[in-house]
Amino acid sequence: MSELVKITIDDREIEARAGEKLLWTALENDIYIPHLCAIKDEKRPNASCRLCFVEIEGVDHPVTACTRKVEEGMVVKTRSPHLDRLVKTGFELLLSDHDLKCAKCAANKSCALQTIAKERGLKLRQKRFKLIERDYKIDDSPAEFAYNRSRCVLCGQCVWADREEAKVGAIGFTQRGVNRAVTTFEDIPLADSICTECHLCVDACPVGALYYKSDLK
Amino acid sequence: MQLMEGEKEQILSCVDEVLSNSTKEKEDLIPILQKVQAKLGYLPVLAMEKIAEGTDVPAADVYGLATFYNQFRLNPPGDHEVKVCLGTACYMVGGDITLESFERRMEIKEGETTSDRRYSLERVACVGCCTMAPVVVVDDEVEGKVTPTRVDGIMLELEGKSDKSDAKDSSNGSKNTGNKDDSDKEEGERI
Ligand code: SF4
Ligand code: SF4
Ligand code: FES
Ligand code: FES
Repeated sequence: MSELVKITIDDREIEARAGEKLLWTALENDIYIPHLCAIKDEKRPNASCRLCFVEIEGVDHPVTACTRKVEEGMVVKTRSPHLDRLVKTGFELLLSDHDLKCAKCAANKSCALQTIAKERGLKLRQKRFKLIERDYKIDDSPAEFAYNRSRCVLCGQCVWADREEAKVGAIGFTQRGVNRAVTTFEDIPLADSICTECHLCVDACPVGALYYKSDLK
Repeated sequence: MQLMEGEKEQILSCVDEVLSNSTKEKEDLIPILQKVQAKLGYLPVLAMEKIAEGTDVPAADVYGLATFYNQFRLNPPGDHEVKVCLGTACYMVGGDITLESFERRMEIKEGETTSDRRYSLERVACVGCCTMAPVVVVDDEVEGKVTPTRVDGIMLELEGKSDKSDAKDSSNGSKNTGNKDDSDKEEGERI
């Protein structure tokens, strides 16, 4: 077992397991840090959502909490004008190509984007970046669930579930740049792919991209 | 993209050969794709499936790689290859409009090939003669100042030319194909 050490997060002294990623330590202690892409069991996190920035005393630039390991005596800050600005920018970039229609979304009230907005006092809309409208066709081929690519935040939670839990390999990241997407091989409907419809990916999706049809009222 | 006669066998033996000369490890995936494309001219779906099987990598990941890198193409080169420059200079003077004109004329999207394999359309980034912008490369010939009117001219010239290979019959004009949702494209007017 890893040794217990003392660290400080936002002026609170916390007992933590050395070597654990800071993000999980903070969350366990009810200290909220925005995050979308972090997966607890993943050895080398993607760190792609860029929302979990924190400041550590003695480190001269903000670091992502999902990749930083806990060390004895660490002094961590989760809020500062600089950090808040970074998170806001990351968040606004995510919204800039997001099909924002919460009232019509299956994830309404259980959505990670809404949580981040609430916790950080951010607006669920942005004007700073040019809006990229995405109106991909919804893949509703599976019996119980559907996939709306226009609401995907590319967090990778579903791909992890598909590979590591379901052990199927039906979906993955394809294309690049603004066209980056989670799709099946050849972009075919899920029901025509090797997808087993175990819906572990739906359970993993933190937003309303992969959703149960029954949740859509 | 519909396979031509004998193409299936060709793909299978090509993939077999490339795989047998590789480690079949995940790390070898890009060289494998490169070699197969060098032999076949593109990466057919069947080839990607067989490569996925052979390397034990999910097919979705092979597809992910093939769609990530510009060097890979998922559609066969046409008898006539048209490459529209969208580098900064060409883009500034309407390279995107030139591209759209070709898309309309060929009834395909950028990155695709007509189902009779007569034409393929690609975008490139600066071919090095920006003063002639907007630039288009047609079968390795550089064309400058390609306005939509000139696109019509180029298409007429190409229609007059015979196929590079006479093996194919191109009786039923160019119909769109490709794997993207482009079927509902309207017949818009030429600009
Ligand atoms: S995914 Fe979340 S933010 Fe996006 S529309 Fe649905 S509820 Fe709103
Ligand atoms: S579908 Fe959901 S879980 Fe998958 S990458 Fe998109 S947002 Fe994340
Ligand atoms: S949770 Fe750390 S970068 Fe996404
Ligand atoms: S930008 Fe088109 S040739 Fe340079």
